[in-house]
Amino acid sequence: MALTGLLTFNILNSIALLVLLSLGLGVIYGMMKVINLAHGEFVMLGAYATVLCADAGVNLWLAMLVVAPLFCGLVGLVVERGLIRFLYGRMIDTMLASWGLSLGLIGLVTTLFGNTVRGVSNPLGGFTIGPYQTSLYGVFVILLAMAVCGLLWAGLRYLRFGLILRATMQNPDMAAALGVAPPRIYMATFALGAALAGLAGGVLAPVSGVSPGMGAAFIAKAFITVLGGGPAIITGTGLASGLFGTISELASFQTTPVFGQVALLLAAIIMIRLLPQGITGRFLRRSV
Amino acid sequence: MTPLIQAQAATMRFGGVTAVNHVDFTLGEMELRCLIGPNGAGKSTFFKMLTGQLVPSSGAVLFRGRDITGAAPHEIARLGIGIKTQVPNVFNGLTVRENIAIAAARGKSVQQARRITEETLTRARLTGIAQRVVGQLAHGQRQWVEIATVLAQEPELVLLDEPAAGMTHEEVLRTAELIREINRSQALIVVEHDMQFIRMIARRVTVFNQGSILVEDDVEAVLANQAVRDVYLGKQAA
Amino acid sequence: MSLSSGTASFLAMLAIGLALLVGAPMVFDLFALLQVTVFVAMAVLALSQGFIWGYGGIMSFGQSAFFGLGGYTYAVVAMNAGDSTGAVLLAILLPTLFAALLGYFMFYGRISDAYVGVITLTVTIILFSVFNSTAGDAYTIGNAPLGGFNGMPAVPPLNIPGRPDLPLEPEQLWYASMGCLVLVYGLLRGILASRFGRVVVAIRENETRAQLLGYDTRLYKLLVFAIGGGIAGAAGCLFTNWGGFISPTVFSLATSAQVLIYVLVGGLGTLLGPILGAIAIQYLISLLGAQQVINANLVLGVILAAFVLLVPQGVVPVLRDALARLRPPSHPRAKPGNGLPDAAGVEAKP
Repeated sequence: MALTGLLTFNILNSIALLVLLSLGLGVIYGMMKVINLAHGEFVMLGAYATVLCADAGVNLWLAMLVVAPLFCGLVGLVVERGLIRFLYGRMIDTMLASWGLSLGLIGLVTTLFGNTVRGVSNPLGGFTIGPYQTSLYGVFVILLAMAVCGLLWAGLRYLRFGLILRATMQNPDMAAALGVAPPRIYMATFALGAALAGLAGGVLAPVSGVSPGMGAAFIAKAFITVLGGGPAIITGTGLASGLFGTISELASFQTTPVFGQVALLLAAIIMIRLLPQGITGRFLRRSV
Repeated sequence: MTPLIQAQAATMRFGGVTAVNHVDFTLGEMELRCLIGPNGAGKSTFFKMLTGQLVPSSGAVLFRGRDITGAAPHEIARLGIGIKTQVPNVFNGLTVRENIAIAAARGKSVQQARRITEETLTRARLTGIAQRVVGQLAHGQRQWVEIATVLAQEPELVLLDEPAAGMTHEEVLRTAELIREINRSQALIVVEHDMQFIRMIARRVTVFNQGSILVEDDVEAVLANQAVRDVYLGKQAA
Repeated sequence: MSLSSGTASFLAMLAIGLALLVGAPMVFDLFALLQVTVFVAMAVLALSQGFIWGYGGIMSFGQSAFFGLGGYTYAVVAMNAGDSTGAVLLAILLPTLFAALLGYFMFYGRISDAYVGVITLTVTIILFSVFNSTAGDAYTIGNAPLGGFNGMPAVPPLNIPGRPDLPLEPEQLWYASMGCLVLVYGLLRGILASRFGRVVVAIRENETRAQLLGYDTRLYKLLVFAIGGGIAGAAGCLFTNWGGFISPTVFSLATSAQVLIYVLVGGLGTLLGPILGAIAIQYLISLLGAQQVINANLVLGVILAAFVLLVPQGVVPVLRDALARLRPPSHPRAKPGNGLPDAAGVEAKP
């Protein structure tokens, strides 16, 4: 019973991390059909921002929840203006250019901070489920993922920007025809996506080693979750995270974490083959 | 006698929209048929159902009595159906001759393919621009390149979706002449908007409206038909 | 058609290749020759990517999967069998079959171009994770421990076929590697000149039209992808021989990115471009490795992004077009040399 509880908690934790990791990419992909291969490096930058701030004595929560997303949002803005905007409508070229950006950011951070693993200490203690000790930080991650989804949903639902965003997601040509200025919307969307990636990086900093190459571990997971989720950003990412998070956690439990990852990726490849439009491309088409 | 191609209650739905609705259509061997109808009447969708680019939501398509519903486009092409699509589908980066050679090559020996290529170039009057890259040609010329690739494929049934669109008057005349010439050995279905062009080539005409067949009759009867006039005038008034 | 000029350029390339094959050992000292040997192995890998991307229009982000698989296959078989001949054959065969399997999964599932990129990339990451976790006795195939993150050291070198007691010297490895490059280049030129190759290029130009003409484009793409997998496997085999060593880094994202950079820099839709791109980039990496100031990833990243933005067609096509403008037109073509499949690829970026 306690084991089931622990397993359930781990599954929820793993889903929540996947949601946080994927949402930023999902916003950018869902809105702009841009697969940003530098997404993992935005996560990495968020983690570095958090570590550096914490080292400088800034409150960890502030660093993680405010500084990291703000910093990455700014980086996203610069990247959109300087690189991505020249490549709209050329999906493969965007993937290649953002892969270049990804390598460049890894190289830059390595040059600045060295190829070493850094970290910050976990700010929360643990609690027990029966005989098993587990981390309170997992509870925070689950709550945060729910909060972020809720905020994003409310924003999409009630804000003018959200309305435009949803309209563009449903039918980009029509939205453009109605006079929505795509450049500014795209700029804002890309920055929002980067900020969400930064937030994910901040949240990961205490539980994962922070190094220049850390993004590589997340990028495949994140974008395969987004593709698996389909066009509805929140519902799709949520459902795909739920599916893949459960599969990966169960496989990790049965074997090793490495094979948990492998199971996740294999499941995702098979799903892309079966449902090329993603879960919400086939079902729940009217969701956000 | 078995018809060349036959659609039985062919229906195509996209989400909530029914683009083609229970269409029964029959074309005999060596027949030349024109399809007309306002934009969005379902003509191009119907063509895509005949060539396997779209799988009908319900209903069936038969080629010489053989059920080809749901077959892949290349399988249908091999049975002997060639199509010039509405948006030109050519190999833009290749030369005119290469475009036609690719079409002529499938299932033929090298000598046969070479002979068909040269014959088709002459027949479509493309010999003079055979070495030009197709992407750099004018729209009308590219239309002819596409028609030529379809001919080089040696199909039994030729589908032409708006073959005269964007052509000069002389080119239109030449296209009409070419269509009559093709019809000496092959069956054709031609989708066109240009009524003058229809008068030039048509004997029997099928009128599509809102996904269904409105009228099917001889060309003069169709053009005199009040319902057909309403469909077209209604479209102009809108 | 300009078949004669195509044949002439092919023979010229062949002659240059053979001259390098024979000449390099006379010009370079042993250290430099070893360097050039690995450049050549990477050039073979670049050819595989250049073929499937530039001519087949298939966007594989995971050519390193077949490269690594070829390398590991060679290592495992060579450590078990005394003779290296079977190891070489399997190092080509296994990646070919794996690519065919993956190709069947993707192309018969009507997966779109961008998703092909995603799936190939994911497969590479899966292989990276799997091979990284193969430390320990459980992962020993016959006499060959896979060694996890540390990889497999002391892989036996190639030997004269049938004579395991006669391993190749470094100079002979050069002959084998360069010979392989010339062979693969000739093979690809032959494929592209054939009817099969022309259909492959036509499919890249317009897949729908090819289907409507009766070509089973899925099968063509699968075959192209499988050939590319086999060539990448051969490159992996050469690479493993060069260092006598292989580790999971062959499957890393960095390797996949490097291969794309070779092709993009050299030129899509050419065969010479990827070869030159591989050699130039590898040389650059070796220069960067010798100093500590500028990080190699930074430079590679900037090159990749800059080429996508500024020179998307790559260096060789740009030079060729410039050269063609300097020369007075000798035939009435709108564009030079379009009878050749590899000249058709300039504007064909997918």
